[in-house]
Amino acid sequence: MIHQYPALIITVPLIAALLTVLVSWLNKKWCFPLACIGILIPLLAAVGLLLEVLEKGVVTYQLSGWRPPIGIEYRIDHLNALVLLVIFSVALLNLFGSRAKVLAEFPEKTGAFYGLSTLFVTGLAGITITGDAFNLYVLLEITALTGYALIGMGDRHAPLAGLNYLIMGTIGASFYLLGVGFLYLITGTLNMAELSVILPDLYGSRVVIFAFFLCLIGLFIKMALFPVHSWLPNAYAYMPTAASGLVAALTTKVMIYVMIRISLSVFTPAFAFSSILLKNALVWLAVISIVAGSILALAQKSLTRMLTFIIIAEVGYMVGGFWLGNRDGITGAVLHIVNDAAMTLCLFLAVGSIRFRLNSDRLDDLRGLFRKMPYTMLALIVGGFSIIGVPPSCGFFSKWYLIKGGLAAGSYEFVAALLFSSLVNVILFFRIIEIGFFNAPPPGQPVSHAQPIAGGISEAPLGMVVISLISATSLVILGLSTNILVGHMIRFIR
Amino acid sequence: MNDILTLVIAKYNYWAFVVLMMIGLYGMIIKKNLVKKIIGMSIFQTAIILFYVSIGAKENATIPIVAHGSEAAGHGSSTIQAIDYINPLPHVLMLTAIVVSVATLGVALALAIRIYRQYHTLEEDDILSRINQS
Repeated sequence: MIHQYPALIITVPLIAALLTVLVSWLNKKWCFPLACIGILIPLLAAVGLLLEVLEKGVVTYQLSGWRPPIGIEYRIDHLNALVLLVIFSVALLNLFGSRAKVLAEFPEKTGAFYGLSTLFVTGLAGITITGDAFNLYVLLEITALTGYALIGMGDRHAPLAGLNYLIMGTIGASFYLLGVGFLYLITGTLNMAELSVILPDLYGSRVVIFAFFLCLIGLFIKMALFPVHSWLPNAYAYMPTAASGLVAALTTKVMIYVMIRISLSVFTPAFAFSSILLKNALVWLAVISIVAGSILALAQKSLTRMLTFIIIAEVGYMVGGFWLGNRDGITGAVLHIVNDAAMTLCLFLAVGSIRFRLNSDRLDDLRGLFRKMPYTMLALIVGGFSIIGVPPSCGFFSKWYLIKGGLAAGSYEFVAALLFSSLVNVILFFRIIEIGFFNAPPPGQPVSHAQPIAGGISEAPLGMVVISLISATSLVILGLSTNILVGHMIRFIR
Repeated sequence: MNDILTLVIAKYNYWAFVVLMMIGLYGMIIKKNLVKKIIGMSIFQTAIILFYVSIGAKENATIPIVAHGSEAAGHGSSTIQAIDYINPLPHVLMLTAIVVSVATLGVALALAIRIYRQYHTLEEDDILSRINQS
């Protein structure tokens, strides 16, 4: 059975997604349990795979028995076993945390929503697990298409934001496809392991260098690095809150994983980091991304939009950390993939609860919210502290590795940008504390669709609060288990 | 000048894809009408599909069915020479890519319909001015 785990990771959510849509025509009540099964089984398989990889090393799986040059190979090592676990854990938490929101936001379309989000998770897991460059493109597009549809389900300006994202996302994916085309042209294979064997002899070729650039540009568009970030804020801000925890927490991080995979596994570190000019240019790009994201976050008047710009700054953390090209930097980047997924999930779940209760997320409307929704605000503040990098939370440890890597590589501009962004995050979250705790609620403000409860507490539904708190706790647990993560699971960087 | 001309003529198919890609990018970035943007996107994807199809092609080769090749090229009926057949793999990959691009087009047009219902126009400038008014 353990032998078939890699196949279960893709097939179970795929079938569950299709069944969810079919079943929704019969009875909408079955959609949620089906989606749960579709996430839970691969989550267990991912845990099993991680243990297997920790024990025995790299696991390979040939789909329907076709050997690599012809068939598609799944290849699981320390890096993607960890990312798989993160994907399914985040998806499961978001599934439970968004149940009440789904029922309230689109009672008619629950089947479509659960189907799309399970398919979205399938795509992400496929991107992570596959060892085939073209297969990766197809799954990239599955993820992106379901992402556009999820964004388009939102209200107000969501369709327009979704269409802008679609056009940018298609340009990005097409660039990646073109890069893979050039690699195929010169090597005649699409299997990543085989590419990494054939390519070193061809590193002088201009075709290979061009292909590397095309792949990187495509991925940068997909992960919203600074000059090409413009699609992200609107798309994530207008997305239905039920989906935002999932899409915002995972999309950019998985793209960063793909960048690491392409640079280190398809190409070798010696090639990727051979050009000092490229390394420095990309670290500077990351620095600009961090600084610009932080400054733009300060200018926002609504909570969700503020978070979207924080995501752009966090993308800069990971890209910069990776392109420092030393052990600490890359460890920090990989650790930050895990931590940032957890932090973003926690923040978006809390903001989702706030939007559910207040029907608004403008900073001015948060007045007195600590009294009204104490537990949700607690989760929000724990998430905020983790983004700032306060010690026991996980954000501190990945930032610590990134700063260590920056100092070791001598890129002081990167260290300065990290510190600057932490300072800005302090301002951002203390402003929320000030508004929510010290400013009295406006007199006689009608609370949209909340029942007045004695004592003034009107929390979000119990399930949402519990999930928010669980994800907040996970930030501290992740922080305390940094040693285990770095020592055992981020071992692929030798 | 002559060198460039020979380069263009020798690889004319690749130049055609470059031109198509640029037309597509121009449409996506410069045009203000959303449907024109979507058409640009389609042209862009088609250019890449044509690029893949073109790298599988070979001169004096036939479709990759064993019986055809050995009859046509006359290398002897028993041996199968790879040189007699075009490479089918890029074409097979592009079947998948065509499905992807059709699906993308479908989602894009569905979003465009929703946008039209909401704002009653598909001109980006008009939509943005409406958003700013409200």
